[in-house]
Amino acid sequence: MSTQASAERADLAVVIGLEVHVQLETDTKIFCGCSTTAKEDEAPNSRTCPVCLGLPGALPAVNEAAVEAAVRVGKALDAEIAPETRFHRKNYFYPDLPKNFQISQYDAPICRDGSIEVSVEGERREVVIRRAHLEEDPGSIVHAGGSIDTADYTLVDYNRAGTPLMEIVTEPDFRSPDETRAFLAKLEEVLEYLSIFDGGRDGSLRIDANVSLVPATEVADDGTIDKETLAAANRTEVKNISSHKGAEKALAYEVTRQRNAIKRGRAIDQETRHWDESRGITVSMRAKEEEKDYRYFDEADIPPLQVADWRERLSIPELPDARRERFREEYGLDNEAAAKLTSTKQVADFYEDVAGEFDPGLAATWVADVLLGELNYRDMGVADVADRLGEVVTLIRLVDKEEITRKNAEEQVLRSMLDEGVDPETVIEREGLGTADEDEVVVAVREAIDANPGAVADYHDGEDGALNYLVGQVMGATGGTADPGTVNERLRATLAEANEG
Amino acid sequence: MTDYAVDEDEVRHVAALARLGLAEGEAAEFAGQFADILEYFEALDEVPEVDAEPELTNVLRPDEVDEGLTQEEALQNAPETEDGRFKGPRVS
Repeated sequence: MSTQASAERADLAVVIGLEVHVQLETDTKIFCGCSTTAKEDEAPNSRTCPVCLGLPGALPAVNEAAVEAAVRVGKALDAEIAPETRFHRKNYFYPDLPKNFQISQYDAPICRDGSIEVSVEGERREVVIRRAHLEEDPGSIVHAGGSIDTADYTLVDYNRAGTPLMEIVTEPDFRSPDETRAFLAKLEEVLEYLSIFDGGRDGSLRIDANVSLVPATEVADDGTIDKETLAAANRTEVKNISSHKGAEKALAYEVTRQRNAIKRGRAIDQETRHWDESRGITVSMRAKEEEKDYRYFDEADIPPLQVADWRERLSIPELPDARRERFREEYGLDNEAAAKLTSTKQVADFYEDVAGEFDPGLAATWVADVLLGELNYRDMGVADVADRLGEVVTLIRLVDKEEITRKNAEEQVLRSMLDEGVDPETVIEREGLGTADEDEVVVAVREAIDANPGAVADYHDGEDGALNYLVGQVMGATGGTADPGTVNERLRATLAEANEG
Repeated sequence: MTDYAVDEDEVRHVAALARLGLAEGEAAEFAGQFADILEYFEALDEVPEVDAEPELTNVLRPDEVDEGLTQEEALQNAPETEDGRFKGPRVS
């Protein structure tokens, strides 16, 4: 990079703000009793009713569980729960919404002024949450016979319409695509801890990002940028991002695109762009309505909510940061192990079960290194083996009781359990992996000594390697089922006797 | 151009948002009609004020699944369907 290019690069600061749409895990939709659970291979339009189809005269009624979830999110984000919050109609005409408006919250969101702490390259940063509100998810559209631009006609399925969404809006606090990824990963982690979010569900997280570049000289020492500068910079809104990894890629692309345009002396158009994941680029979309075109007004069918006092009434579990800290103190874990073991609530709960029965250090090795390592290798997570964690505990118990060696447990039994779906006892029985009994070791030691007079002589001459060689012979003869420590002891004793005798 | 509260440009803009096509002369016609409609509403200014009823709050529904419509029922009023979905013109 030339000096001039690096100077230009340094002259522009990245400004990103996010709007994150999160599907809340409830049993029913936000304004009607239709199920939110998509059955496998379900038929389109098989989970609808007059409310979510927008039929005339249908009356929406707010799902209490969705409001509770929103209050819990607010609490976890350290936000204020508004004393009074209400719903509004956001008017726009698009077939994913059969009513021609979306029930959302405009100027009275349920949560305001929160924050979340993230760690970016070891540095702790606070991201301010401007607001978080409830709204309904639209239905799903198929652009039949081509892409969005070339389709012949449109097909619509309203099964998803009315799924509760929470839209979480940040201040434009991000100074790099990296930071957005770290924030989104943290947000997902927190939401999963609250058990109101399932990251594995298709479409559970959808992200829109506002991206602009401002002169680096406008960034104050504390990283803030004044409102006029932000308002003056033309920004693009990037839509259709569906994961934290996708966010980093989409935003890195968009930042580079804007930087290149500015370098060539071109203005940035204020526009909406669509992230095309398969092509790895953002493309310009049709001109969107401006905010005033949504003609927001009160949703008269839904009375306001006064739920600020729910903040006290509803409890939330210990959150990842606090739990990480406690794991370090209570179980004496290092940072890396504590971070791995609190990555999801399920992993952390499982670790605490195991640490309650065995040595916390042994438990950490088993859960963080062995189990997560093997799962990761198979592109799986603890959630995929949730119903088999009891078998893993059985296996650890067998190792703890020295009924099987640790090496065999890790390298053979666990792998067979995961690959073949069989229980540990079955694998141990089938492969003959039970720890060699004492008689077996005695016989193997005797045979190794008889068969290797050279090594025995070397041992008596004080050669260090000789004993290891003999241990290896015994381990081989017992198929790796003997405990190396016991073999070592038994060999020394037998060799000592032989020397005296 | 008259000084209607809702002028022709506004009629055209709202029609575009609603994806409605207006025929020649309709923007002017509807702007005139809006003026009439708004005039009728002025009658409300004559209504004496009454105490507002206290507003309801926290009208909530338990998170329990209700039986909804079958696919056949959901689609019965649709002019066109395909593979169990509502069918409509292309949108962008």
